[in-house]
Amino acid sequence: MKESGFIEELHEIQKREEKNYLMKKDIVEAARHHQITPARAYGVATFYTMFSVQPRGRHIIRVCRNLSCHLAGAEKIVEKLKETLGVDFGQTTEDGEFTLEESSCLGMCSLSPAMMIDDVPYGNLTPEKIPEILEEVRRREK
Amino acid sequence: MKTIEQFRVVLRNVGLIDPESIDEYIAHDGYSALEKVISEMSPEDVVEEVKRSELRGRGGAGFPTGRKWEFTAKADSDQKYIICNADEGEPGTFKDRGIMEGDPHSILEGMLIAGYATGANKGYIYIRGEYALSIKRLQKAIDDAKEYGLLGENILGSGFSFDVEIRKGAGSYNCGEETALMESIEGKRGEPRKKPPYPPTYGLWGKPTVINNVETLANIPPIIVNGADWFKDIGVEGSRGTKVFNLMGDINWKGVVEIPFGTPLSDIVMSMGKGVKDGKKLKAVVLGGVSGSLITPEELNTPVDFNSLARIEAGPGSGSIVVLDETRCIVDVARDIAYFFRHESCGKCTPCRVGTDEMYRIIDRISKGEGKERDIDTLENLGKSMMLTAFCGLGQTAPNVILQSLKKFRDEWLSHIREKRCPVDVCKVS
Ligand SMILES: Cc1cc2nc3c(=O)[nH]c(=O)nc-3n(C[C@H](O)[C@H](O)[C@H](O)COP(=O)(O)O)c2cc1C
Repeated sequence: MKESGFIEELHEIQKREEKNYLMKKDIVEAARHHQITPARAYGVATFYTMFSVQPRGRHIIRVCRNLSCHLAGAEKIVEKLKETLGVDFGQTTEDGEFTLEESSCLGMCSLSPAMMIDDVPYGNLTPEKIPEILEEVRRREK
Repeated sequence: MKTIEQFRVVLRNVGLIDPESIDEYIAHDGYSALEKVISEMSPEDVVEEVKRSELRGRGGAGFPTGRKWEFTAKADSDQKYIICNADEGEPGTFKDRGIMEGDPHSILEGMLIAGYATGANKGYIYIRGEYALSIKRLQKAIDDAKEYGLLGENILGSGFSFDVEIRKGAGSYNCGEETALMESIEGKRGEPRKKPPYPPTYGLWGKPTVINNVETLANIPPIIVNGADWFKDIGVEGSRGTKVFNLMGDINWKGVVEIPFGTPLSDIVMSMGKGVKDGKKLKAVVLGGVSGSLITPEELNTPVDFNSLARIEAGPGSGSIVVLDETRCIVDVARDIAYFFRHESCGKCTPCRVGTDEMYRIIDRISKGEGKERDIDTLENLGKSMMLTAFCGLGQTAPNVILQSLKKFRDEWLSHIREKRCPVDVCKVS
C-alpha cells in the first residue's frame, strides 16, 4: 500500500490520453504500481463519474440538471446540446470532438443553468448560446 | 423594508484580498492565529479554546468541533491526520468554493491549528475534481506557505511540523461522507465504512483523524485571534458564530451571504435576497440542500439556528437556500431530487441502492399522471425504512424533502394522482 493517491494517478493517466479514458492496460499497470489487484483497480476506475473506461471525445461536456439548474431551465439546455451535437448522454460526436455527459451539481448554482466543458465552467446558459460555445471550444486546443 | 447587515467572520477576506497573494493575507492578520498558538498556547489550551467557543461543524451534521479535536488529541498514536472536507457536492451549495477561491490561506491556517492542537503533522484537502480553480488556488497557497516557512518542517522555529497535500475527487457525491472520503483518499471506491469506530480515533489508514468542513476550518483563525468569548457573542444559544448561505432559485438576488445564527429565514430571503422574483408568491424553500428540508411560507419566520430549525424538523444543512415560487410544482421538484439520489447512491447497501431507484420510479410515474393512490403510502413507508436502515447518511437523508413534501403539499400530490392534473402545469400529465 502506498500513500500517494491511486485516484490521482488515474487522473494523470486519463489526462494524457487523447481520447480521455483509461485503457485496460494502463489500469492494470497502475494497479501493479500501487500493489492492488486489477479487479479492485477496475472497480475504482468505474466507480467515479469523471473516469471512463470507454474512449471519449477530445472535450467532455458535463451538464447539470440538479435542483437550481433544473429550475432555471436545464432541460432546454440538455435538449439543445443533444440536438446540436446529434448525440445522447454518454455518446461521442462522430468527429470525436465532444462527449456529452450528465453531471451532478457543479456548484455554479448562482449562474444556473450551468455546464462545464473540460475544466472551463459556463453559466447563465440559454439554448441560443450553445452553438456559439461549442464552436469556440472546437477551435480551442485541449 | 428593513436591511439586514451581513456579518463577516468566515468571509472576512473574500473579495477584499487577492487570494493568490500570501502577503495580502498576512497583511490582514493572516497567520497571526498560528503564531499565537505556537508561541503562547499549549495544544490543550487550543482544544479548550475551540471547545469554549462552542463552534459546531459546518458540513451538515453540526458536531461540536472542539470535542472532535479532543478525541483525536487524546488518542494515542504515532500518526494522526487532519482532513479538510472540500468535496462540496450537495446540490445548491457553493459556499466552500467561495472560501477556497477567495481566501485559501484561512483554510490552511485552520488546518495547521488543528494539527498543532491534536498532534497531527499531516493534512489532506479533499477537493472535488470539478473545482479546478479551487484546486489551483489552494495549491498556490500551499506552495507559498511552504516558502514562507509557515508549512513544512519546524514551523516558525517552534519544532512543530505540518504538511498539507491536495487530493482530488473524481465525481462522486458520496465521497463527501467522511468515511467514504477516507476510502477515496486511500485509493478505493467511495463507499462508506461502518461507524463506530469513528474517524477521530480510527480514520485515514486506521489512524486518528480530524475531518472538518472548509467553513468550519475557516472559523478557527478568528476564534483564536479574538478569543472564544468574542465568538460566543455572535449568534444564539446552541449555535454560536455565523453561517454562510447560498441563495438561489426564484429570488431577486442570488449569491452568498453570511449571517449571525438566529437570523430569521424570512430576513435572509426577503431582505438579503430581495424577495421572490417577479413579485410572485412564495411556495416553499428547500433549506440545507436536497437532503435537507422543505420550509413552507408559514414557517419562514423561523430563526436560522440548529435548535429553532430542529423544532420544524429542519437544519442549516449544507447552507443552501433554494426559493420556489408559486409556479413551481412540488412533484416536479421531488422528482428532480429523487433523480439526483438515484444517480449518486453508491450501491453498497440495499435500502439506498434499491430505495432511491424505487422512489424515483414512483415519483416519475406520478408526474406523468400514472400514479395510484397507494403510491403515497408506498413512498412514505419506503422513505421511513430508508431513514432507519440505510448504511450511511446518503440513504438516511435522501427521503427528507420528499417525505416533507408529501406531508406539507399533499393536495398537490393527490391532484396528480386523482385528477391526472398538475395544478401549476409543469408536469406533462397525459
Ligand atoms: C452523503 C453525504 C455527503 C456529504 N458531503 C459533505 C460535503 O460535501 N462536505 C462536507 O463538509 N461534509 C459533507 N458531509 C458530512 C461529513 O460526513 C462530515 O460530517 C463533515 O465533513 C464533518 O465536518 P464538520 O464537523 O466540520 O462539519 C456529507 C455527509 C453525507 C452523509
